Amino acid sequence: MKHLIKLATVMLAALLSFGVVSTASADKLKVGFIYIGPPGDHGWTYAHDQARLMVEEKLGDLVETTFVEGVPEGPDAERAIAKLAETGHQLIFTTSFGYMEPTLKVAKRFPDVKFEHATGYKQADNVATYSARFYEGRYVQGQIAAEMSKSGVIGYIASFPIPEVVRGINAFMLGAQTVNPDMKVKVVWVYTWYDPGKEADAAKVLMDQGADIITQHTDSTAAIQAAAARGIKAFGQASDMIHFAPDTQLTAIIDAWGPYYVARTQAVLDGTWTSGDTWHGMGPGMVVMAPFTNMPYSAEQMARNTTAALTSGALHAFTGPIYNQAGELMVPAGEVAADFPMLATMNWYVQGVDDKLPE
Amino acid sequence: MTELIIASIMTMMTAATPLMFAATGELICERSGVLNLGLEGMMLIGAVFGFAAAAVTGNATLGLLVAATSGAFAALIFGILTLNLLSNQVATGLALTIFGTGLSALVGVDYVGETIDQIGSIHIPILSDIPIVGRLLFGHDPLVYLAILILLGASWFLSRSRWGMILRAVGDSDVSAHAIGYPVIAIRFAAVTFGGLMAGLGGGYLSLVYTPLWAENMTAGRGWIALALVVFASWRPARVLFGAILFGGITILQLNAQAAGLGIPAAFMSMLPYIATIVVLVLISRDAIKIRLNAPACLGRPFRAER
Repeated sequence: MKHLIKLATVMLAALLSFGVVSTASADKLKVGFIYIGPPGDHGWTYAHDQARLMVEEKLGDLVETTFVEGVPEGPDAERAIAKLAETGHQLIFTTSFGYMEPTLKVAKRFPDVKFEHATGYKQADNVATYSARFYEGRYVQGQIAAEMSKSGVIGYIASFPIPEVVRGINAFMLGAQTVNPDMKVKVVWVYTWYDPGKEADAAKVLMDQGADIITQHTDSTAAIQAAAARGIKAFGQASDMIHFAPDTQLTAIIDAWGPYYVARTQAVLDGTWTSGDTWHGMGPGMVVMAPFTNMPYSAEQMARNTTAALTSGALHAFTGPIYNQAGELMVPAGEVAADFPMLATMNWYVQGVDDKLPE
Repeated sequence: MTELIIASIMTMMTAATPLMFAATGELICERSGVLNLGLEGMMLIGAVFGFAAAAVTGNATLGLLVAATSGAFAALIFGILTLNLLSNQVATGLALTIFGTGLSALVGVDYVGETIDQIGSIHIPILSDIPIVGRLLFGHDPLVYLAILILLGASWFLSRSRWGMILRAVGDSDVSAHAIGYPVIAIRFAAVTFGGLMAGLGGGYLSLVYTPLWAENMTAGRGWIALALVVFASWRPARVLFGAILFGGITILQLNAQAAGLGIPAAFMSMLPYIATIVVLVLISRDAIKIRLNAPACLGRPFRAER
């Protein structure tokens, strides 16, 4: 019995310690990455890992990168981030919203280390934040979905009710309404970023309820595969998922973090790094649309035009008049929604979304 | 509306199938007097090895066989530890779950993001085309039928067959079974292995049919649900069928309620099956005769043959 307890303790310890993968050597700038999922999710984490590889490729011998995968948001994250800081990493990217407080805490203890926190809104002298305007891509997706849908019902798999996700749903709806004002969007909250079983369940349920286009704000390929199994079109998320569903994916929002990661790493090398908040969209190329596939030429053409307009800045996804569900005017006609506070803290649905926002 | 109901039932059945596999195996195992808390670990081991086999060979059916076999191997380790070496069943079972989680993650690293050909639904001409009933009865994937068949088989085995009675005798009084001359350890080994086989199949169903991909920890607690299900069913196979549909169905209903905009908190719905389990436990605990009828009396107790 004693032995067993010992054995179980050792096993537990092995389970709880993260595998730190590193390509070690001295005198290089060590850059660390904290991932929420596995780099092989072919979604969110995959996109960050592609960017990490770009840093290695572009800066070659000047840098050395380390990543820690599958770090849960919460106390474990703090431990993992601190571990990277302790082991001489000068620049650390923490790539999920829930790492916000842990990152700030560790940053206080290591004032000489630079931190980059993705999708957060709290900065410090050595903590910069960055995010991408994914909603621009969602606006394009909404237009495509409305053009392609026969039932007029779209299934939307949402993760957590945070501004980032709500903004995506709203942009999608606004895009859809430009094509079909009566478009319906059914939303299912799965309360996870990555749980393939649950994501597939949600996709199936939405299809059961008559949705004939599926879109997701979760990280795995399960939903698009579930749609493919039923011959229903869907959108990829965070990276190009066409390989998983060649006859299903209409397009995907690709998170192109690479250029930003390279620039920030270069800044640390040059000693010019400063804290700040970066929120780039299609214009600077942080949000890229995967090829438009499995749709008629007219839809493709429309999607291309909208993408071009969003890229050039001629079009803003949140252009008034925009009403909330209660019918109150939130953005007057001719104006666009301000980044702060409206877009950054968005916690209301636009008119037409068929869901009640969870508190 | 009918379309929605049919579609929901079909989705529910697929959600119930992995639970049916795992719970049937565990039920037989517990009926022989062995409590194996390693279900979750065995399911993960089955899921990863099954997926790896399917990805390498391109044959999903072979993947299922590998899934079942690897689950059985994991159970064998458990059997040697608890039956031969008489280690504590609860601690060993928990260790098996932790071991299975780690091993599957390690083996699965190279298979994250791989794709395989999914085992699809069957379509029987004429029969599957009958409106409503056709799809409900003849439109599932083959494993749904296999799970139900095994469940019914287990029910028949326990209540009607000679070996089933012996298995129950071993679970209810190992000492008397031994005194009559039955090989208690061997019978328990068989039951434990069957449990692993089924758990492996349940895991394989998840990675090969349900979501044709491998993801770390993809069972997401279904092994624990299957364990609760055995208690919920008060060790009766027929009730496992009902329970699995209820447990699987609640998750689907929960999502359905959201999609329909009913505004019932998701967490409340997810809680329901567990509340049902506790209520059932309380109810059967109040009736001493019922416990004696169903719960294996030697559950979790190690057996050492006295000469």
